[in-house]
Amino acid sequence: MTLPFFTPLDDPGPDFAGLIRRLQIPMRAPANIGSPQAPMGAGGPGGSEYRHGTTVVALRFADGIVMAGDRRATEGHAIAHRAMEKVFPADRFSAVAIAGAAGPAVEMVRLFQTQLEHYEKVEGVVLSLEGKANQLGQMVREHLPMAMQGLGVVPLFAGYDLARSTGRIFTYDVTGGHYEETEHNATGSGGRDARTTIKLGYRMGMARDDAVELAVQALFEAADEDSATGGPDLVRGIYPLVATVTAAGFESVTEEEVALRFATLIERRRVEGREP
Amino acid sequence: MTMPYYVAPEQVMKDRAEYAQKGIARGRSLIASTYAEGIVIVAENPSRSLHKVSEIYDRIAFAGVGKYNEFDQLRVSGVRHADTKGYAYSREDVDARSLANLYAQYLGQVFTHEMKPLEVEILVAELGTELHPNQLYHIAYEGTITDEDRYAVLGGETEAIAQEVESGWEENWSLSAALQATVGALAGAERTLVGKDLEVAVLTEGSGRRSFHRLMDTELDTLLT
Repeated sequence: MTLPFFTPLDDPGPDFAGLIRRLQIPMRAPANIGSPQAPMGAGGPGGSEYRHGTTVVALRFADGIVMAGDRRATEGHAIAHRAMEKVFPADRFSAVAIAGAAGPAVEMVRLFQTQLEHYEKVEGVVLSLEGKANQLGQMVREHLPMAMQGLGVVPLFAGYDLARSTGRIFTYDVTGGHYEETEHNATGSGGRDARTTIKLGYRMGMARDDAVELAVQALFEAADEDSATGGPDLVRGIYPLVATVTAAGFESVTEEEVALRFATLIERRRVEGREP
Repeated sequence: MTMPYYVAPEQVMKDRAEYAQKGIARGRSLIASTYAEGIVIVAENPSRSLHKVSEIYDRIAFAGVGKYNEFDQLRVSGVRHADTKGYAYSREDVDARSLANLYAQYLGQVFTHEMKPLEVEILVAELGTELHPNQLYHIAYEGTITDEDRYAVLGGETEAIAQEVESGWEENWSLSAALQATVGALAGAERTLVGKDLEVAVLTEGSGRRSFHRLMDTELDTLLT
């Protein structure tokens, strides 16, 4: 490797994606993967050959946002991975969660994380939350050709807006369109069930603990209804990932806390005499 | 017809070196030193936005003295190198030694082949781990690279400053002790430097993977008193 130098007229500035394009470092799989159109939904969510990740949720509470995601990855009807991570810190004050084709999604997150840090280091200032949301939108848009072939990536982006002192959530569609949500949203195959659960329990200005509890409940319900969404795996001790972003930055909710919340949830249902 | 007159290569190099040294000597000096929990870099710099000390990667910092636009260009290309390397391979594959070598190659190349040498002296600092000690790579305008594991002084008139640091330097001293000694050495006998004249950053194990941290305002003032 050599030191990358550019003339002032040719400088990619703080744009990391532009830089690696200029240096011809391959970013992701080529836009056209060659095979005939992989049928969307042929084997459950997506074709049978590619790994898929499902169900991530985000909701606002009084001090910021909570984001959570299940851990299952599927290949058609088979379970491909039981401990996949779908919730990532994007930088100190934002988080990104992914649903869709696992390979390109994880790669997109990696590029996005590097992009934000690269901007911060080159420019000496941090991008605004809206700027970060737009950046992610561009990456999703560039991914559209692959999405048309059945390898769609639909992220959720949320963070703490330091300029406005509030948590904000953005959702995306495969065309890169992004929309700000006032309360909550969920995406992925179990997103509908998760969304309904949150909708029923949501209140403006919730406390942190209530918001985490509601996210846990939403994932529980989604796993209950959707085969591609993993619930708490009590046998192996694998639990959904939950994180908060507040004025203090990105913080993962400890596995003990998540495990305890699921245990309480299950116990409550047992006492009530309902099937868990 | 005019004959191109002969200039001895020794003379050419000497002239270039003098030119670069003069440029560097116009600016203020900078000191980097290891301390108990990491590395501290202290520069005399009243500006809050035009930095002399900056972050390159998780455990790597950059510092430069001399002409701002020249060392800033080197800084940005270092960030680009580190980020692309970390993206193409893995974050742990990014190391200061290879970056320092690339800088040395580049500075050497410019010094011998270009009309004008770069009027800069730069430092690449890397926070150590349990297996590797802290590393300070000091690279001069002509590409000479030296590695230090205690302290490094960059700038034009560094001899007096280096002597001052050498006499007071201690293994594993506290951040506050290291700061007071280095700031004292930068100020010399006749002046005193306060927080707003200084740009200070540390590389130290913190909460996350990024170890670069700027010390400013009250935090810095408390350490200095």
